[in-house]
Amino acid sequence: MNKKPSSIVALIVKWLVLIIVLAAIYLPLIMIVAYSFSPARSIGDEFGTFTLSLYGKLFENEKLLSATRNTLVIGIISATLATLLGTTASIGIHYMRKKSRAIIDASSQITIVNAEIVTAMGFFLLMLFLRDTLLLPVNFSITWLIIAHTVITTPYVILTVSPRLKQLNPNTLEASLDLGAGPMRSLFTVMLPQLAGAMVSGFALAFTLSLDDFVITNINSIGADIETISTFVYSGIRKKLPSEIRALSTLIFAVVLISLIVYNIIKNKNAKNSKGDKK
Amino acid sequence: MDTEEKIIELIGVEKSFGDKPVVKNLSLYIRKGEFVTLLGPSGCGKTTVLRMIAGFETPTKGRILIGGEDITAIPPYRRPVNTVFQKYALFPHLNVFNNIAFGLKLKKIPASEKNGKTIYRHFTKEEIAEKVNRALKMVDLEDYGYRNVNSLSGGQQQRIAIARALVCEPKVLLLDEPLGALDLKMRKEMQIELKRMHRELGITFIYVTHDQEEALTMSDTVVVINDGQIQQIDTPKEIYDEPKNAFVANFIGESNILSGTMLKDRLVKFLGVSLPCMDGGFHKNEQVDIVIRPEDIAISVGGEGQFKGEVISSVFKGTYYEMIVLADSYEFTVQNTSNFNLGTKVVLGVSPSSIHIMRKIRTINSFVGEVEDEETVWLCGGSFKFNNADETLEKGDEVIVKVPFDAVEILDDENDGVIGAKVKQSVYKGTYYQVQLRTDRGEDFLVDTPYEWNINDRVGINLIPEKIIVEKIDDAENEPITDSEAD
Amino acid sequence: MKKAKTFRPTAFAFPYVGVTIVFVIVPLILVLIYSLIGEDGSFTFNNFIDVFSNPENVNQLFKTVGIAALSTAICLVIAYPVAYILASSPFNKIAILSLLFIIPMWINFMLRIFALKSMLQMIGIGQSYGAAVIGMVYDFFPYMLLPIYTVLSNMDKSYNEASLDLGANGVKTFLKVTLPLSLPGIISGISMMFMPIFSSYSITMAMGDMNTSVIGAKIATLFEQDSYGYGSALSFVLLVIVIAVMLIGSALSGKTSKPIKGGKKDE
Repeated sequence: MNKKPSSIVALIVKWLVLIIVLAAIYLPLIMIVAYSFSPARSIGDEFGTFTLSLYGKLFENEKLLSATRNTLVIGIISATLATLLGTTASIGIHYMRKKSRAIIDASSQITIVNAEIVTAMGFFLLMLFLRDTLLLPVNFSITWLIIAHTVITTPYVILTVSPRLKQLNPNTLEASLDLGAGPMRSLFTVMLPQLAGAMVSGFALAFTLSLDDFVITNINSIGADIETISTFVYSGIRKKLPSEIRALSTLIFAVVLISLIVYNIIKNKNAKNSKGDKK
Repeated sequence: MDTEEKIIELIGVEKSFGDKPVVKNLSLYIRKGEFVTLLGPSGCGKTTVLRMIAGFETPTKGRILIGGEDITAIPPYRRPVNTVFQKYALFPHLNVFNNIAFGLKLKKIPASEKNGKTIYRHFTKEEIAEKVNRALKMVDLEDYGYRNVNSLSGGQQQRIAIARALVCEPKVLLLDEPLGALDLKMRKEMQIELKRMHRELGITFIYVTHDQEEALTMSDTVVVINDGQIQQIDTPKEIYDEPKNAFVANFIGESNILSGTMLKDRLVKFLGVSLPCMDGGFHKNEQVDIVIRPEDIAISVGGEGQFKGEVISSVFKGTYYEMIVLADSYEFTVQNTSNFNLGTKVVLGVSPSSIHIMRKIRTINSFVGEVEDEETVWLCGGSFKFNNADETLEKGDEVIVKVPFDAVEILDDENDGVIGAKVKQSVYKGTYYQVQLRTDRGEDFLVDTPYEWNINDRVGINLIPEKIIVEKIDDAENEPITDSEAD
Repeated sequence: MKKAKTFRPTAFAFPYVGVTIVFVIVPLILVLIYSLIGEDGSFTFNNFIDVFSNPENVNQLFKTVGIAALSTAICLVIAYPVAYILASSPFNKIAILSLLFIIPMWINFMLRIFALKSMLQMIGIGQSYGAAVIGMVYDFFPYMLLPIYTVLSNMDKSYNEASLDLGANGVKTFLKVTLPLSLPGIISGISMMFMPIFSSYSITMAMGDMNTSVIGAKIATLFEQDSYGYGSALSFVLLVIVIAVMLIGSALSGKTSKPIKGGKKDE
């Protein structure tokens, strides 16, 4: 079967489009990675000699390290809470009647579609209300940011877990309750094991959303001296960011790549195993 | 036959996906106005044949003609055929009317001639509306034009899909398992509908199905396909009464398939009894397959008959009883309007006209192999032990390895066998199953086994060293009796 | 057979319901309340009057819609062909390919903006309106690509075949079948980009010149200056716009998205 010349041209054009777009996406990132091994002041300057000095500086920059630490702490704790809250919510919603389900789905939608700035203001005003009107002993803090991140990422966990729940046998939870297991025991021994995969995906999504967040963190850290990577870069980007930010970017890029590779290897392995089981 | 117009002709068509052959050297022609059904089990290549005619797949080899014109390289949108898709493929963003009008809006018809050049034009809005409404009327959905296609039932969607294809006035209508998604009652109704449309419109229909009953009731001609190859082309009656081989017999209707020996013309011996039959033209003592349809066996208590047996099961099937009668270790399936209780000693009678003799596809497996050492031979991608005392074979000799049907051990676990294979077919022959195994390299083993094996299961193959025969290849007497296992 | 304590599995949703009420519903109500409170603490509509009487706000809103529409349009024009190519043969068989386009999603967006900014500076593009638009397109590209790619790669190919079969050539099939059927993906992609740009003041701040900004920046500044009433009123207006856009979007996609799977009726 000989391909017509016109289809070969089309194929080349398609490859070209993909390669150009990929280049546009990756060129900036590659430059950062490359210049993380250069002593140059900014990207595009003379490269100089290969050096790991920026990585050394990174581990001496207390502000940047603390921003990274805050980002990870907020991300891990809020994603864990969001996963738990979202998964239990999905189970509950799953067994609800259409009407109540529609109401909850709509309120989840609010968080997802609302302008981030409005959500951020909402949290800000809520804190003012709790602190200044109700006179509760609370204030802007890393805890407040964790709560805010949990609330904004939970709907995404629900979006991830719910479809998986729909595929499960609807009677398993009822069977467990019927056989005498209490609700908590049923949750942990019957439902959660079946949802493990979706929960991991939900956690990963919540974690990345939290890492990526800027607006909510920015507004809700007014008055509290807490920086995350996003706010750190934001506050310095118009002036001058320390060069070691390139080293940090490279490390993050590497972690993302390694996680994706590991994830895909595990996924392929699982796919192969389940194929084998069918036999 | 050549006087009749061949509307479609496939010449030596082959199709592989990757290195997997799906259609193998298939030649076929279809006469104008015929209702032809391509019948076969799923994965046999019938849909691929249809898709090649429609233009969605390009043959790897061979040519396809429509009305004598080679259309092999013509894209689907320029072919004078239209398709009714398996799951209808109605455009969800268009209503019923616009779905049917889709093809008409694109069509160009000759309008006038100018300086010997034909000027083409589109249909006018009025013409389209008229044609669509006529099509809707034909499928009994006159008032449905402005309905959303997703609001229709499966049967209604099916009718719209047919109307959408027919409104383009194709030379040939292709139908790809169009009734597969409908329930039984709907299916029966649509079968009659389709038959009526075929009669009224006079268009050639090519119909793909795996449902043998559907094929037999609707078609003028049935093409039985298995494994990418045509097994038989005939009228439904001939297919049923005179199946060409054990596959066709097994696939079409219930049947008793037995192994026997042709003693001479019109005399066959099976289950230790010699019986007169109507077939001839076989070698003396040729091994044959015998088909006897369950409704052709006379069953009685103490009446005339050739086989004595005992009823071991009886099931009422609505209009008749289906009984299993154990006679001389063979389980006959017998259909009769009167019931015989379990345990009844009965006599079975088979008349010469109800015995149908078929050539065996193969009487022994034979492969080309290579001697590895005195005790092992390499064939089909594995090395097998053999005991061949007669000849002195040397390492590296090319040999013919003959493997009788009972020399193959099938193992549950693929890894226990010397080579792995997939079960392609399993035909019950009364006292045993004849199973066709396909190795990963594409060789076929026929195996007689007392057990039933599930189709598509992976199994391991071992050969019993005492039973296989290894012969030097230059031995003139021992020509391989195989069908083309080497492509 | 009845259990002593009846338990309904719906109870699992109660913690989430509680959290939603306290941290989603109450804040939105607070936005409304604060927008109706004057600086002296009394009830007033002055904040809203201020919002609409100040032409700068309306101007800012139009500018925001402008940059959002422009960025979204450019992003769509790039993402659609890429998604189309990725979903077509032989590219759909190379699993890693589509992943490559989406990987940036997992890298902190501020760091990506930093990388892009450095890159643009290197080739001589400083802070400008154009750079801000490039920043938006760069940041949101995976979010635009993914829904379109998902719709296109899940689309039943028999629709295409049916169209070809009925006489439409490749171009006509694309315009009359593929494009309309991928509309839900396009709408989803737009909605993942258009509204979020309203809040993306970090990008305009990093990439744009002094005149380039979005309405989100204005709100953030107001809150930093403790003008809670005015800021809340502006937030509330934005909320109304979000709801309006959301309703229009769901009406649009409701029309087109439901039939995408084709086949049988739902009920």
